[in-house]
Amino acid sequence: MKLALGPLLYYWPRDETLALYEAAAAWPVDIVYLGETVCSRRHLLRLNDWLALAEQLTAAGKEVVLSTLPLIESESDLKAMRRLIGYAAEHVGEGMHVEANDWGAVRLAVKAGIPFVAGATLNVYNSDTLGLLADLKAVRWVPPLEMSRAMLTAMHVPQGMDTEVFAYGRLPLAYSARCFTARHYNLQKDDCQFRCLDHPDGLGLNTREGERFLTLNGIQTQSGRVYSLAHHLPSLTGVQVLRLSPQHRHMQQVVEVFHALRLGSLTAAQAATRLPRLAGEVCDGYWLGREGHHLGVVSSVGDNP
Amino acid sequence: MSLHLVCPAGSLPALKAAVDEGADAVYVGFRDDTNARNFAGLNFDEQTLAEGIRYAHTRGRQVFLALNTYAQPGQVERWHAAIDRAARLAVDAVILADIGLMAYAAATYPQMRLHLSVQGSATNYEAIEFYRERFGIRRAVLPRVLSLAQVEQVVKNTQVEIELFGFGGLCVMVEGRCLLSSYACGASPNTFGACSPAHAVRWHHTPQGMETRLNGILIDRYAPQEKAGYPTLCKGRFTVAGQTYYALEEPTSLNTLELLPQMFAMGIAAIKIEGRQRSPAYVAQVTRVWRQAIDAVKRDPKRFAVQPAWMAELDRLSEGRMHTLGAYYRPWK
Repeated sequence: MKLALGPLLYYWPRDETLALYEAAAAWPVDIVYLGETVCSRRHLLRLNDWLALAEQLTAAGKEVVLSTLPLIESESDLKAMRRLIGYAAEHVGEGMHVEANDWGAVRLAVKAGIPFVAGATLNVYNSDTLGLLADLKAVRWVPPLEMSRAMLTAMHVPQGMDTEVFAYGRLPLAYSARCFTARHYNLQKDDCQFRCLDHPDGLGLNTREGERFLTLNGIQTQSGRVYSLAHHLPSLTGVQVLRLSPQHRHMQQVVEVFHALRLGSLTAAQAATRLPRLAGEVCDGYWLGREGHHLGVVSSVGDNP
Repeated sequence: MSLHLVCPAGSLPALKAAVDEGADAVYVGFRDDTNARNFAGLNFDEQTLAEGIRYAHTRGRQVFLALNTYAQPGQVERWHAAIDRAARLAVDAVILADIGLMAYAAATYPQMRLHLSVQGSATNYEAIEFYRERFGIRRAVLPRVLSLAQVEQVVKNTQVEIELFGFGGLCVMVEGRCLLSSYACGASPNTFGACSPAHAVRWHHTPQGMETRLNGILIDRYAPQEKAGYPTLCKGRFTVAGQTYYALEEPTSLNTLELLPQMFAMGIAAIKIEGRQRSPAYVAQVTRVWRQAIDAVKRDPKRFAVQPAWMAELDRLSEGRMHTLGAYYRPWK
């Protein structure tokens, strides 16, 4: 089983972002996703910076995937996507892939004749759709985040297609034209003053009785709880890649927990006790076919949903 | 074709009301989770839909069928059966989101007119062209996230007809890419066909006021003088960094009457009214106002003015009695 470092969903100062990938080059992850997948206004890393990182990480032996924006609104968003896919097409011989997070990106990847990863926002809920993606040269797919283990098991996955599940991190649940971080500061999106920089793990949204419910991350709304499949790892049959979504602190330890799990040097129960110290309360409801925020507990290890 | 009026119907009386008041087309769904308004007591069985189609066709109007949820493994046949029924009934178009279903419809019924549902999340012309090239879609309904200038860019770069939401409930998230409902209660529009479904909703009188909950999660709490609204979870009040407010969106409706001349000028094919879950009386009132407004703009776009009586009537019907231009108006973002 491979480990993938998912795209950085938050907006960090440039040096912190670069430091993440410098560190990741030495982490036991096999795949690294690069690129901005939330907001086209975020600019501390330009496309050329991402491409430079791609070269460094490829040189460090990582499979690099360039992710496209899930919400494309403007002509300049399209231009950025075309450049990204154009670059991937030039470097396809070095194992470079793109993650298509919108059907527009699928169209461009197919036109460029390059293999691609079908991102979770493509909404692949059935085998017919997955089969069509295989015909279009998708080499890997990420099921919708809400897909349960039971649904995943019932999918017919075409030969040669790998399955990657979102296995750790706050779930990117929704995308909007509106920026909720700017809204919190009574700013318009076009003049957001890049307040996302002040919230390296997003901005917590609580119910009026103080329960953490969601996380605001610019135009993206995330789960309040960190989703984790660590304690389900023994039951992850048919999954070839686990995606770990970067968080601001303790990310190296998170990667090490999953790495130890796949080596068998840590049990699921041990992982389940270690992760909350790194993540806070974790949830696993989607995997069990329940409400997503359902609290993940060790006793649910081996549950048959 | 331009500015056709496409109105919702969750029942035969609503369909007849929409036709009688001047809808060019009515969109409907079957009584199950094959469509994104899977509400108890709503929607059509095959016989009722046949009657509705007869009623509309006799009067020269069209009926579109929404099959806009995502088929799930082991159950794909139910969605296929729904497409088969749509073909038998000779609906004028099928509104789909799932490309697996589009491929089935395009291969099995090459003459069937396919529309891309808003649940297909197409916000750019590259995506729309993908659906056209592969499955021959004829029309796309855009998510309620683009500014008018961005809509125009889409229209200019595709031959696919563009349908825009004009009035009714406002999704603040990209449709088809919002899992908030399943995160809270296990049922999402993509798979279950409803957001914040009624079975997960509870209303409680408490000493602090009326509370609305979704699967136990407090969505809002109302002071005695406040009117409690349905707990659609993105329209509740939450606390962020010590401030309690409508953190995502106010309980408000979309109303784009004043944008009609611009939509007409840029060649928008159709205006969609949201609300298959609403009553026949609601459908009748909204359809009547929009028929008048669209006729007025087509007659003389330069001299078009929104009549105060139209706004008054629509505001009376709106959620929270408030309306917004949504993302069409850039500062809303």
